[in-house]
Amino acid sequence: MVLLASSLTSPAIGLVFWTTIIFLLFFFILRKFAWKPILNAVKARDEMIKGSLASAEKARKEMAKLQSDNEAILKKAREERETILREARDVRDKLIAEAKSKATEEAEKVVEKARAGIEREKATALADIREQVASLSIEIASRIVTEKLKKSGEQEKLIDTYLKEIDFNKN
Amino acid sequence: MQFVKASLFFLLLTLIPVALPAQEEKGSHAAEAEEEFDASSFIMDHIADSHEWHILTKKNGESVAIYLPVILYSKEKGLDIFSSRKLAHGQVYKGYRLEEEGDNKGRIVSLNDDGTVNEEGFLLDLSITKSVVGLLFSVIIGLWLFLSLSRSYKKTGISHPKGIQSFLEPVILFVRDDIAISNLGEHKYEKYMPYLLTVFFFILLNNLMGLIPFPPPFGANVTGNIAVTMVLALCTFFITQFSGSKSYWRHVFATPGVPVWLLPVMIPVEIIGLFSKPFALMIRLFANITAGHIIVLSLVCLIFIFKSLGVAPVSIAFVVFMDCLELLVAFLQAYVFTLLSALFISLAIKEEEHH
Repeated sequence: MVLLASSLTSPAIGLVFWTTIIFLLFFFILRKFAWKPILNAVKARDEMIKGSLASAEKARKEMAKLQSDNEAILKKAREERETILREARDVRDKLIAEAKSKATEEAEKVVEKARAGIEREKATALADIREQVASLSIEIASRIVTEKLKKSGEQEKLIDTYLKEIDFNKN
Repeated sequence: MQFVKASLFFLLLTLIPVALPAQEEKGSHAAEAEEEFDASSFIMDHIADSHEWHILTKKNGESVAIYLPVILYSKEKGLDIFSSRKLAHGQVYKGYRLEEEGDNKGRIVSLNDDGTVNEEGFLLDLSITKSVVGLLFSVIIGLWLFLSLSRSYKKTGISHPKGIQSFLEPVILFVRDDIAISNLGEHKYEKYMPYLLTVFFFILLNNLMGLIPFPPPFGANVTGNIAVTMVLALCTFFITQFSGSKSYWRHVFATPGVPVWLLPVMIPVEIIGLFSKPFALMIRLFANITAGHIIVLSLVCLIFIFKSLGVAPVSIAFVVFMDCLELLVAFLQAYVFTLLSALFISLAIKEEEHH
């Protein structure tokens, strides 16, 4: 057993020689024609997978960004619509109010004018009336005078009184 | 060896009550058949390298074998190439003899004119032995496998793995990710990938082929031969030394933090360490595979030791169990050898750490 074991544990030079040649050949052939293409292919695939995963992730993020952008734009648009509407309402209200106040003012002006006109007319009318009353009274008076002029003394006194009264009233 | 003996002893203890009484051999058998069956020489013949590939021995003692070419070179006689049939059964051919016993059992010796062994003369035996044939076939299978794999990668491009790729790619990726990258690092692993992959599949293929008992070229104990494991370990050794960084050599010759007076002791220790690592690689692979073969053969031998068919089912059951275990060991040893090679290289290429 021990003897046999010794032949087992001492390497034979021939086998060392052949193993070296065969193993080195195996190594160099595989390195050039197998390992390099295989490892490169696997690496290329790994990189492609990594790249496509990354680009997918990027696309997803962009999509999400776009969506959020859209939402923001929509929100903004809605807000803008709101403000525009509010502004329009405000403008409308203001316009109405302005128009109202203007109209009131105008009306007041018109009324004022009318009142002034009426006053004026009234004054003229009163003056007319007074004139007419005066002329009428003069006529009447002249008639009475013509009738009663015959009675002297008394008539002169009466005319004086009348005249005094008219003057007084006028002022 | 201890383990083998212990397991054999254990098996004997368990099998004795089961074994049927040995059946008497028929009288017509030759006297040799009655001889005590020598299990140890039977096992050693199977696991050792040899110049012919023995297939079976007929009842009349004639052996059926594949005779392999013998290539010899000696200073006096020059180069000689002939079939090992000429040396069968201890025949002398051209002054050479294949020793069948003694210190040189299984080796070819050169004889002097008077028939004594020429001890001084230089004799180089480069014969294509059983192991060389096994090796060649495993390499041919490996080349066929990986060259066609490489071709299929050219065809499929970067699409998902198909066919043969889906079997081998996980193993290649395992070697890359769990052996190379995890030990050598993301940046340096690529340089060593071809070696690590080659050594992994070389060992794995030879381990698996060694497990298949028949026919030739299967069943040769290639990775259980110390010459083969020595070459592999030497490859790792040279790669390790040639890729050694400055700090690696400083660690060997001027270990940081060691006082100067200790260096005369430390340097030899470190140098022994350089050699002990590949030595351990060599012994580990050799011992594991050889032990596996010895156990399986011992279990088979039980049938012949007891000369009983009753032992056969038990023996076969154990052999099947051992073969399953050996299948695991075949992968495990390929993994361990590659892993440790990567580890040794990683220790050598490690750059100095700045404290």
